[in-house]
Amino acid sequence: MKLQKNVAISEAGLLFNPVTGESFSVNPIGIEILNLIRDEKSQDQISLAILDKYSTDKATFEKDYTDFIGILEHHNLLERNEKTNA
Amino acid sequence: MKKRTLNIGVTGLNAIDSPGPGVSVIRALREASSFDVRIIGLSYESLEPGIYMHDIVDRTYSIPYPGAGVDTLLARLEYIHDKEKLDVIIPNFDAELYPFIKLEQKLKSMGIHMFLPTLHQFEERHKVNLNDFGKKYGINVPKSKVIYDLNTVHSLPSEFSFPMIVKGKFYDASIAYSIEQVKSYFNKISAKWGLPIIIQEFIHGTEFNVTGLGDGNGNTMAAVPMRKQYITDKGKAWGGISISDEKMLEMTRKFLKNTKWRGGFELELMKNKDGELYLLEINPRLPAWIYLAVGVGQNIPEALVNLAMGEKVKPFASYDVGKMFIRYAWDMIVDREEFEQISIYGEL
Repeated sequence: MKLQKNVAISEAGLLFNPVTGESFSVNPIGIEILNLIRDEKSQDQISLAILDKYSTDKATFEKDYTDFIGILEHHNLLERNEKTNA
Repeated sequence: MKKRTLNIGVTGLNAIDSPGPGVSVIRALREASSFDVRIIGLSYESLEPGIYMHDIVDRTYSIPYPGAGVDTLLARLEYIHDKEKLDVIIPNFDAELYPFIKLEQKLKSMGIHMFLPTLHQFEERHKVNLNDFGKKYGINVPKSKVIYDLNTVHSLPSEFSFPMIVKGKFYDASIAYSIEQVKSYFNKISAKWGLPIIIQEFIHGTEFNVTGLGDGNGNTMAAVPMRKQYITDKGKAWGGISISDEKMLEMTRKFLKNTKWRGGFELELMKNKDGELYLLEINPRLPAWIYLAVGVGQNIPEALVNLAMGEKVKPFASYDVGKMFIRYAWDMIVDREEFEQISIYGEL
């Protein structure tokens, strides 16, 4: 899974899609996950990184992660890549 | 080296909730790097705000409405030219383009240059002809039908599903959800802009605009796409952001290449949820948001003036993506004497 290549992420948490002109605000954990996706980490790697840093359980993370990815897909912010698709 | 000063006449000085492009065009011209300007405002009504913006417009003359005829307009322009020695005129309203196109050669012989679409281009892109235009140039357009008679409205549901768009031949568009609404908008719009009325398929999606400049030989001199971010109840962009959608730029290049469009333009586009682009309208002049193009690195009015003057102009190669324009209204305090001057004498 890859973030669309031109999508800009600001430090303050604003996501800008230059193709559609849409902007989205994302919370700090969302930004962390987006940066991990941008670094082409798999879902397992992202899960490990988040569980290592925050006190949450795997089931809760996976549910929230799936919802988050669904929102990114809905807004066409992701491009699918079979090799890296987790 | 001292730059030459061009005397440029500009129309469209109104700035109501559906603003004319004049003030934005003038801001662009005042920022031109290749020439200095003296701006001669050409107004239709005494309350057009640009008339009173003395740091924008140097002098204003009222001109007759297009309905007064080409000869009346020419006589007025001859008078203004005699006083101001105009080098260029930039007309900014759809409704005035026909007489200006008709006068282009005559004005050129007087030393006044313009850079307008040909009469054929102007007529062909008319929303009344959009279906044929789309077919001829292979551009995706929504299905539309031209109607002259209120009685034909009843047969529309067999061809279009609700909602459908009811459009005037020059301006105005409303979304109708029933036959009663179609009838009501037919009467309202035709009373204001005349017949025919255009019925257009409603495309669900997001609105985008592209402004640009064609050199008349099929080349794209400039193109900037924008997503409307804040839309007034008249459908006008009150805020927008520059974007980099290759499909839109490709459609723009195709439009310019196939039609050999000459002059400024604005494409009104709709993108549906499947990412398909539809061309809704072609406005044959620069839009009111043209200053965004300047802000992102393409001074289109400057390039248009240079083309009108017969200069060689290099096409713009890039622009900044993600820059926004946010429009605002500003109350000016004006002495009554100024209003009297333009109202009674037609000059300020």
